[in-house]
Amino acid sequence: MKSLKQRQLINTCVHILLVGACLVSALPLISIFTYIVLRGAPGLSLHFFTGLPQPIGEPGSGMGNAISGTFVLLGIASGIGIPWGLVAGIFMTEYRDTRMASCVRFSAELLSSIPSIVIGLFIYEQIVLRMHHFSALAGGLALSIIMIPTIARSTEEQLLLIPAHIREAGLALGLPRWKVTCHILLPGIIRSIMTSMMLAIARISGETAPLLFTAFGSRFWPESIFEPIASLPIQIYNLAISPFEEWHQQAWTGAFILALFVLSLNIATRLVMRQKEPLS
Amino acid sequence: MVKGPVAHRKKEVHRGDWLFAQFIQAGAMLLIALLLALAWFLIKGGWPAIERYGARFLFSSNWNPVLEVFGAAPVIYGTLVSSAIAIMIAAPLSVSVALFLHAVAPPKIRAVFSFFVDMLAAIPSVVYGLWGIFVLAPWLRSDVEPWLSEHFGFLPFFQGPFYGVGMLAAGLILAIMIIPSIFAMCSEVFRSLPVTYKEAALALGATRWEMMQIAFLRAGKRGIIGGIILGLGRALGETMAVTMLIGNRDEISVSLFSPGQTMASVIANEYAEAGSSIHVAALIEVGLVLFCMTILVNALARIIIRSDDAI
Amino acid sequence: MSILHAKNIHAYFGTNHIVKGISLETEPHQVTAIIGPSGCGKSTFIRCLNRLHEETPGARAEGSVIIDGENIYGERVDPVSIRRKVGMVFQKPNPFPGMSIFDNVIIGLRLTGEKNKEVLASVAEESLKDAALWDEVKDKLKTPGTSLSGGQQQRLCIARALAVEPKILLMDEPTSALDPIATSKIEDLLSKLKKKVGIIIVTHNMQQAARISDTTAFALMGELIESGPTSSIFTAPRMQQTEKYITGRFG
Repeated sequence: MKSLKQRQLINTCVHILLVGACLVSALPLISIFTYIVLRGAPGLSLHFFTGLPQPIGEPGSGMGNAISGTFVLLGIASGIGIPWGLVAGIFMTEYRDTRMASCVRFSAELLSSIPSIVIGLFIYEQIVLRMHHFSALAGGLALSIIMIPTIARSTEEQLLLIPAHIREAGLALGLPRWKVTCHILLPGIIRSIMTSMMLAIARISGETAPLLFTAFGSRFWPESIFEPIASLPIQIYNLAISPFEEWHQQAWTGAFILALFVLSLNIATRLVMRQKEPLS
Repeated sequence: MVKGPVAHRKKEVHRGDWLFAQFIQAGAMLLIALLLALAWFLIKGGWPAIERYGARFLFSSNWNPVLEVFGAAPVIYGTLVSSAIAIMIAAPLSVSVALFLHAVAPPKIRAVFSFFVDMLAAIPSVVYGLWGIFVLAPWLRSDVEPWLSEHFGFLPFFQGPFYGVGMLAAGLILAIMIIPSIFAMCSEVFRSLPVTYKEAALALGATRWEMMQIAFLRAGKRGIIGGIILGLGRALGETMAVTMLIGNRDEISVSLFSPGQTMASVIANEYAEAGSSIHVAALIEVGLVLFCMTILVNALARIIIRSDDAI
Repeated sequence: MSILHAKNIHAYFGTNHIVKGISLETEPHQVTAIIGPSGCGKSTFIRCLNRLHEETPGARAEGSVIIDGENIYGERVDPVSIRRKVGMVFQKPNPFPGMSIFDNVIIGLRLTGEKNKEVLASVAEESLKDAALWDEVKDKLKTPGTSLSGGQQQRLCIARALAVEPKILLMDEPTSALDPIATSKIEDLLSKLKKKVGIIIVTHNMQQAARISDTTAFALMGELIESGPTSSIFTAPRMQQTEKYITGRFG
């Protein structure tokens, strides 16, 4: 049996260790934030948002095409991924406790655990090879596959939170089931669904791996969704692994913009969630 | 079994409801079809390599696109070692942080710290990679690796020239990236534990550390382990930051200072430039192995977490 | 002439036989109360009267219910159309989340195609007046329905049910989640409402049944023990079980 003194000594040591762990974990975080701001912010200018990348040595490089390209990709991905995820989520609640619903849930779980690079491979073989070139559409599709499980799961969770008697009240008014689901239940959880959409968009906006051989990249403004398209993450990657100091600087600025975008989406989501009204 | 006097009557279905049912069923089926298509593609695309190399593919350590010889052992080794480094660093750190914040720290500090960790989780992988290349790797090369070599140089892991980028850098960046996920899981577990455990332990005269062992670590064991394994799953498939930091050399080397390659990074690096069809097939087979590995790891984590609920 | 005639209703949950052949007839402009101990199948029974019971997975019902000369359990009858004639108010007040008071009332009409704003506004006003809620909410129709008090929410649900002009209103223990004041408001309301719609109310509160109903039916273990004018059920019940129940000796 240990004496009380010994036990208290151990207790103190553990506390010191725990505080140490917090400090050690916080260090890289602080370092990353500091570097992004210190090295990224100075390169910011209006031109950076509106200009095109220039060859090395020429001034006035911008990431306008990459930023707009990222938005195009997000648009395509959301256009496919959000409705699909919603439908899958609705299916899982409408058919809850059936084998099919567990099958769909299981598929969504598997899909969410697949590394994004593998999804990129898949889209490359199925879409890019068939269309014979890289395209924004392929990139958007790859990103949408990453979104679907997230949206589906949160839609299901939120719908299941609605008490059964709310649905019954809708049915008792003489409304068909689908109207109850689409016009009464879904609008009631629209805020939660929006937050999960925002989080899903925030997540895919930084995805790089699935875009490597789908959207590929481009030095020009986006013109068609059937052409290769530039995107912020890919651009950052290409600049970062280049041998030129000047491009490294641009990579930091790009990272600053990307991180700012993703973090503001996350913070905005938190604000929306905080004022969520409770379900009756 | 009680049977009704009349046989079960077929339900009339409203026409709009029927259409709606068809629609959502189609969406759900497509999701299953997508998963099957993915699995089918990986098997079919990798088949030439599976056929040609068989099980040797997994164990041969010679990966040479020029000679068209493909053995995946170096990339599997790279994936396992970099993830192992990440877990060994991230697991104790994130569990400690979660424990400290939930058992010791006042709620205000917990909220602030959790917020920052969540932000850390949101940062894109390519940004981690950028930071890794320009901050972490130079620091490893100039300070950490010489120090390790001087004090632990007798171990084979810490020998050889200092590159900065390499297995150690990849493991460290992965550790930093998975700390938030493991922390989030542990926080969730700790939050769901009843306060009465804590109070009961303290009432027995336990010191705070003893209380933490009883009311947090032991009570939340399965959730914590599940969370760590989920973190491992994330590390295995992580691509960009690792690709930027591991050095990209398809060889097995015991030293953690030397460059390596993971399954994800070899695909990212070589797929677009793969010249021969057997190279493409070999890369897809690597994708297949990675796919199976992450699915197994995630399934394992979920089984562990779920069996916790049953208790 | 009865307004609703249920004949030999059987209801099941999986293999559980909950309602065992209940028949009941109700008159227009009357309140019919169904009383009985909890678990006697009274709630399940009225959920058969608008075919809501069968919406629960694993549940089914048999028998016939004649409303307006039509058997709602007949061949090719769409349950959706049935529920327009038979409104329902639930045990817990359940205004639709995220919807304003106004939207809650008119949602039934709007989703069945009524787009005319003036019609909707007048229906909303009329229904809220019928539910004795108009004066309390007329200045805040745009606020969420869930922001009202429990009693107000329940009257909002009554207004919502009335807005689609049902012939019969089913009420499943509508006051069991409310305080005594809110309860008495709803009880007062019922005596006015019955001029418009036939009311069938399930209650576990015998005093309530005695206060508000014209006819009372007593159910036990899934069967209807007896039914008749409320005054005679409570003063001179024919069956021994009924007497035991209303004098509080069991249940």
